[in-house]
Amino acid sequence: MIVETDGMTDTLERARVSGQSRGEVIREICRHLVPFQTGERPITGDTVIAKDLTIDSLAIMDMVMELEDHFDISIPMNVVAEIHTVDQLADTIQKLCARR
Amino acid sequence: MGLFDRHAGLLEAYRDVRTTGYDPFQIRMERVLSPTEAIINGRKMLLVGTNNYFGLTFDPSCMEAAIEAIRAEGTGTTGSRIANGSYSEHVALEQEIAEFYGKKHCMVFTTGYQANLGLISTLAGEGDQLLIDADSHASIYDACKMTQAEVVRFKHNDPSSLEARLRRLGDRPGNRVVVLEGIYSMLGDSAPLREFIDVCKKYGAYVIVDEAHSLGALGDNGRGLCESAGVLDDCHFIVGTFSKTLGAIGGYCVSDDPDFDILRVTVRSYMFTASLPPSIVASVRQALKVVKAKPELRTQLWSNVSTLYEGLAAKGFKLGPQHGPVVGVHLPDPMTAIGFWRAMLDAGIYVNVAIPPATPNGVSLLRCSVCAVHTKEQLEHMIEVMTGIGRQLGVLEDRTLRVVGGAR
Ligand SMILES: Cc1ncc(COP(=O)(O)O)c(C=O)c1O
Repeated sequence: MIVETDGMTDTLERARVSGQSRGEVIREICRHLVPFQTGERPITGDTVIAKDLTIDSLAIMDMVMELEDHFDISIPMNVVAEIHTVDQLADTIQKLCARR
Repeated sequence: MGLFDRHAGLLEAYRDVRTTGYDPFQIRMERVLSPTEAIINGRKMLLVGTNNYFGLTFDPSCMEAAIEAIRAEGTGTTGSRIANGSYSEHVALEQEIAEFYGKKHCMVFTTGYQANLGLISTLAGEGDQLLIDADSHASIYDACKMTQAEVVRFKHNDPSSLEARLRRLGDRPGNRVVVLEGIYSMLGDSAPLREFIDVCKKYGAYVIVDEAHSLGALGDNGRGLCESAGVLDDCHFIVGTFSKTLGAIGGYCVSDDPDFDILRVTVRSYMFTASLPPSIVASVRQALKVVKAKPELRTQLWSNVSTLYEGLAAKGFKLGPQHGPVVGVHLPDPMTAIGFWRAMLDAGIYVNVAIPPATPNGVSLLRCSVCAVHTKEQLEHMIEVMTGIGRQLGVLEDRTLRVVGGAR
């Protein structure tokens, strides 16, 4: 698995405040996405989940359910619909974790 | 961008499916002969994929009732329930369904799809939370697209997964509305309803149960899972369809809620579509009488389920987790499923084929639905045919070879 964390320092800062490290959130997301990776292209914060990977919408929703339980948060379906990239998903998770 | 470009992936998958010869989504029933037989591609076929659980589509008393109603009241109502489309018979049907469940109120819809779509999207509004099973029917998912409520999925048939989601809501304002199904339409499994109800009670959530596939099949009186699980009083809304066990078309919702009638002027899928034609209302009323008068149909259905399920399991097929009027046969991938389905058609047996994205967890299935009036011989023949195809396609191990090898 190749995860690029360059350019994430500012979000890392935000993460420290929320108590859920950005690194851990990204790692957890990637753990679920690796099986859908195409070729050698690394999964980065910019990866568009539904487009750059071979994952269908149902599998995305199932992954979200796993992430919800891992972080003990709920991500409503209408919020999921607005999420496109790995970074956006991580932002959402961190935001919800902070509110917990 | 072309209008269909966004469906390119689906189009490609569909093209692959069609290369197998028949198109499973465009099968033509040239002539339906009975609940269990039809002419397809010029040949008589055994039907094991019709949701016609009691075989009532050809029940003489239901057919007569429909014919009589057409003569008396014409072919259609040409209007909605809130305009010129409420006949005495619609109201009588609603009373009879309410009585059947021992509930105070009933609303009849033109399809079960519309019942779910309208009811769910109306009951859960802005500021509410809608919690649905991950394997919910399309009509429930579509309702979620229409509501302003927050929608969260929980793991299929997993009360602890629902509980976690209700717990996380804490003391946030808003009604919690939970949607469950009596029997799930792809794998034929039932919800652990009692456990779900306990969780819902603990968190003060409203419960809607869709009994589409369980009406007639479950419960001492055929009311469905709510009855067999002993929780009829704890289910705030029960939804169902006339298009399966009752052999016609239409949907309904029953409830004890004192303000129920407000739904008649708020649920858009009830208000803005024509009501059921008199013939359908008449056949459904008669079918409900048959369900009440002939519990032996239920016994016969489960005996047939047992024959098919146990028979296929004994041959080594991987099936849905429990006995049910729907028997889902797992196959390794979509192309094998389509190939298997087609081989069955060639052998004179029609079942449904279900492949992603229409299936949970990306599984590929042959979806068989059992009918009370299937004969044991028909089902045993089917097991035989499926075993042959299963071995040919390498889905089942060829046990004959292994026995020969072992004897050497
Ligand atoms: C669980 C479930 N709910 C609702 C429906 C819709 O029923 P109808 O055919 O009456 O629209 C179906 C049928 O496909 C179903 O399987």
